[in-house]
Amino acid sequence: MSRLFEAQDVTVAYGKIEAVRGVSLAVEPGRVVTVLGANGAGKTTLLNALMGVLPARGAIRFDGRDLARLPVEERVAAGLSLIPERRELFATMSVEDNLRLGAFRFRGRPQEGGSLEAMFALFPRLKERRRQLAGTLSGGERQMLAMARALMGRPRLLMLDEPSLGLAPLIVAEVMRTVADLRGQGVAVLLVEQNARAALQVADYGYVMDGGSVVLEGESRALQADKRVVETYLGVLAADTEPARGVG
Amino acid sequence: MRQSLLAALGLLLVAALPFVPGVPPFWFTLLNYAGLSAIVVVGLVVLTGIAGIMSFGQAMFVGIGAYATALLSLHLGLSPWLSLPVSLAASGLAALVIGAITLRLSGHYLPLGTIAWNISFFYVLGNTDALGRYDGLSGLPPIVLFGFPLVESRHLFALIWVCVALSILVTQRLLRSRTGRAIRALKGGVIAAEAFGVDTGRTRIVAFVYAAMLAGLSGWLYAHMQRAINPTPFGLNASIEVLLMTVLGGAGSVWGGVFGATLVTLLKDQLQNVLPLLLGAQGNFEAIVFGILFVLILQRAPDGLWPLLTRRATPLPPHHPAPAAPLAPRPAEPPGRVLLDAAGLRKTFGGLVAVNDIDFSVKAGEVVALIGPNGAGKSTTFNLVTGVARLTAGRVRLFDRDVSGEPARAIARLGIARTFQHVKLVGGMSVIENVALGAHLRGRAGPVRGALGLDGAEEAAIFAEARRQLARVGLAELADRPASSLALGQQRIVEIARALCLSPALLLLDEPAAGLRFREKQALGDLLRQLRRDGLGILLVEHDMDFVMGLADRLVVMNFGAKLCEGPPVAVRTNPAVVEAYLGSAA
Amino acid sequence: MDATILMLLLQDGVVNGAIYALIALSLVLVFTVTRVILIPQGEFVAFGALTLAAFEAGTVPGTVPLLLALGAAACAADLVEARHALDARRILRIALRDLVLPGAVAALAYALGPGKPTLALGIALTLAIVTPMGAYLHSIAFRPLEKASVLVLLVAAVGVHLALTGLGLVFFGAEGSRTPPLSDAMLPAGPLSVSGQSLWMIGLTLAIIVALWAFFGLTLLGKALMATAVNRLGARLMGIGPGMAGRLSFSVAAFIGALSGVLVAPLTTIYYDTGFLIGLKGFVAAIIGGLASYPAAAAAAVLVGIIESVAAFEASAFKEVIVFMAIIPVLLWRSARADPVEDEE
Repeated sequence: MSRLFEAQDVTVAYGKIEAVRGVSLAVEPGRVVTVLGANGAGKTTLLNALMGVLPARGAIRFDGRDLARLPVEERVAAGLSLIPERRELFATMSVEDNLRLGAFRFRGRPQEGGSLEAMFALFPRLKERRRQLAGTLSGGERQMLAMARALMGRPRLLMLDEPSLGLAPLIVAEVMRTVADLRGQGVAVLLVEQNARAALQVADYGYVMDGGSVVLEGESRALQADKRVVETYLGVLAADTEPARGVG
Repeated sequence: MRQSLLAALGLLLVAALPFVPGVPPFWFTLLNYAGLSAIVVVGLVVLTGIAGIMSFGQAMFVGIGAYATALLSLHLGLSPWLSLPVSLAASGLAALVIGAITLRLSGHYLPLGTIAWNISFFYVLGNTDALGRYDGLSGLPPIVLFGFPLVESRHLFALIWVCVALSILVTQRLLRSRTGRAIRALKGGVIAAEAFGVDTGRTRIVAFVYAAMLAGLSGWLYAHMQRAINPTPFGLNASIEVLLMTVLGGAGSVWGGVFGATLVTLLKDQLQNVLPLLLGAQGNFEAIVFGILFVLILQRAPDGLWPLLTRRATPLPPHHPAPAAPLAPRPAEPPGRVLLDAAGLRKTFGGLVAVNDIDFSVKAGEVVALIGPNGAGKSTTFNLVTGVARLTAGRVRLFDRDVSGEPARAIARLGIARTFQHVKLVGGMSVIENVALGAHLRGRAGPVRGALGLDGAEEAAIFAEARRQLARVGLAELADRPASSLALGQQRIVEIARALCLSPALLLLDEPAAGLRFREKQALGDLLRQLRRDGLGILLVEHDMDFVMGLADRLVVMNFGAKLCEGPPVAVRTNPAVVEAYLGSAA
Repeated sequence: MDATILMLLLQDGVVNGAIYALIALSLVLVFTVTRVILIPQGEFVAFGALTLAAFEAGTVPGTVPLLLALGAAACAADLVEARHALDARRILRIALRDLVLPGAVAALAYALGPGKPTLALGIALTLAIVTPMGAYLHSIAFRPLEKASVLVLLVAAVGVHLALTGLGLVFFGAEGSRTPPLSDAMLPAGPLSVSGQSLWMIGLTLAIIVALWAFFGLTLLGKALMATAVNRLGARLMGIGPGMAGRLSFSVAAFIGALSGVLVAPLTTIYYDTGFLIGLKGFVAAIIGGLASYPAAAAAAVLVGIIESVAAFEASAFKEVIVFMAIIPVLLWRSARADPVEDEE
């Protein structure tokens, strides 16, 4: 399969501190790829660097084009989209305005961007709240708005940073279902998650980061079975879980 | 050492100049102006470069000093030497009042406020009869030194540059002192400084007043050099010019400031000669060049030209006070004494409940870990306990004392020290100076003692203490390195050393293991176990389960702002609710 | 002071306040979108007034060569900025914006200027000359400082102000100018009479306010600017580039500044450096509004105008002092409400 998106040897430094060291990864069209790791492993920094929010060294190629030195808005124009950990919604503007601005890159030719109707069909809650200010939404609704706003820009690669953050399990499940559905529309997804179990269930492929580097990668199924991943990210608690289920 | 070499060379050149025969008097006049500006700029370096406060009003403080001495010597016939303290005091007092009004505001209000003050000052001078309106005051006496009146520019030159040298000396002393560390800590973040007991509001005012007093000194010299004053050199444009000198030379060090002052003064003179010829008209055309210079320097060399010449970023060379006995430690709390008792902590942001009725306590000789998934409210809880965030409801008791609603400063005073999730060290300060900031509350020396160098014994004890704490965490050999040159793991440990320097009974650590590698985590765990054996109570917020499980005596698990459960690691790790919360439902 | 004088002063204050309101609005716009405290706003006012005065005198104003020079410099800056994503389309767009547009405006000015154009045409040319300068200044001075702090941007703004004032002296000389009023009509209103000029000033101010409201409320571009003000990172992630947002907001500011200059030039003699004080009074209003609120800034501007006209009557020598010290109580009030422990990013 052709590689839609490829990062090679990406390094991000804050002063003398290297938060991401020599990370390489690839995403193929229509696939969900996840990056796992503990807090501070460098996942968020990596995503921000891929999007151009943070300066980085290394190569970043998208559809054969080198993006590494382009500013954020040029990467948006190329078809990348990032939903950051803090969502970065326009809090004092209405839900509808947030969505319309999601299609800003198609201004002047709105038929090419996503449509409000399609987003409201995907997230009916947003339709009820279309006149409400984004800042007044609940945590789950905010995540939905962030996803819908990103989809309005018709991205070819969607990067999500901790979409499950602060959400109740039911909503996490809904978010993950939406992510899985994107695959059907040919959108490639790069998903950063702490909730490793949920992420590996929707993802096709995964990378595990520690101390700023990728320490492990493989098909999701293989990672779920990998003893090291189980111990570090799934199993610290889970190892003792099974026999203890009844203790309560 | 390139910096001191260059600086010494420069000063030597200046000192030798009066002895060179045949130097035209105009050179001295020009260098006198440079020196007068340099004194103001040294103050502005402290204010802008070190404390991060910007002022467009320094020429006003020069003017206050100048008009004060002019009025005293004209109306009371006072000798300039007697009016000098009045000049300094008048400028300082004006800064105190203006600072009290404006300094608590966020960044840009102060510069805008000082623009308003400086313009108003100019119009007041120009419209007040007693101050001679726009004509100003004239007939001022010269300064008399040992019966010798300093009238010629060659003679004033010596006095002015001695004053420059003294300003630099006193400023360097001040910056090294306890107050200076507090001033420099302002750039590392207000929250960190306050957490170690620094009254940041007061510290900002100290820096502002100090800069104004240097400006007052310059005004005093100016008045008796010109022996006539009018409002023009004290207007807003003059303030902008000293800011240009600071930015051009480099706001990070006093030497950069002196360099900038000299450069701009000489450049201005040349431009005033050349530009009118070039443009065929008279006017302040140098403003065009200065304006473009401002923008170019900010774009191309935001730290100014001096660091480019000397390749140095830190404002002060390393500093080694004489060895001394460290400060006496606080007596250890009896093991098991309740140090921290939080009851019903609640925090809401708008309608969102971030922390929902949390209770927990920490005893001496115990490690308690606050854990939970991302976004569970741990950091907010931490901020409530440390006085950074305001409680919506609930109560925090430290040593049986209710501290609910008290600021971080007051909490630090009780013997509570903390570290930060995002490391908050002062990058331009050496490691040991950063650690010494932790002992801020254990010293007493104020700005005057610091500036005059009368704080030697106390400083020696503080640095001995800082060295001891650095050794305790195993980083003694890094003492003189700039903090910004350390790896993240080391910076986190330096934060612990700084916290220990407060001699705390309770240590609060915000994600100390985040971003550490395996070996570093092990070392951190060993250190914390040792501290527990020494009788400290430790509360930590942490994500790394491995790290917490092997270390903590008790865990408090949070999810969605509420307490999920509490207990020893063994019980918590088998609690199904915790497993569910941590791993997430399997979608 | 009797009631008639008070009414007169109030009328005067409201008219002056209208100008300050326009300036305050553009300052709030530029600050919220770009974080730049636009000290050189006053220069746009002076350039607008002096450019129109030059047309009235039948000469080509000095701002025309300045426009060409700024355009050329902006072209260089824009090319450097976009160097990693240059293609033919982009180069063409930059050349159109930075070279062709000012070239066309300059050609018109050189063709029409010596023939003493009508007042309306002169005003149109004036606005066409000054408005693009905003965008060019953003590209030259502020775009490269995009990541800098508010304080650094403020210092850069002061630098731009210095340079523009100096250039104003070069191009316009030290003499002041005045232009004829937009209308000579005098309308009786009770014991007073209202000049047609005042009505123009108030009417245009209201029109600008309505136009701004419509721009932000109804157009996607306006909403994009507002989004940048609300959440800079969020806006970038939607592809709203800071260069575009900056150029647009600076152009709006330059347009409003030039228009203010056109409106104020018949009332008082404008010198190359007069704009600074007028701009600063707009600042006083903007600061009273916290540099964030449009309605508060506009209301405060009217208040500033009234304080000024009353102060001019009661203590004319200390007029400026009284106006500038009006911000002290506001700063005190903000200070009392400020949270002392707060890290600035």
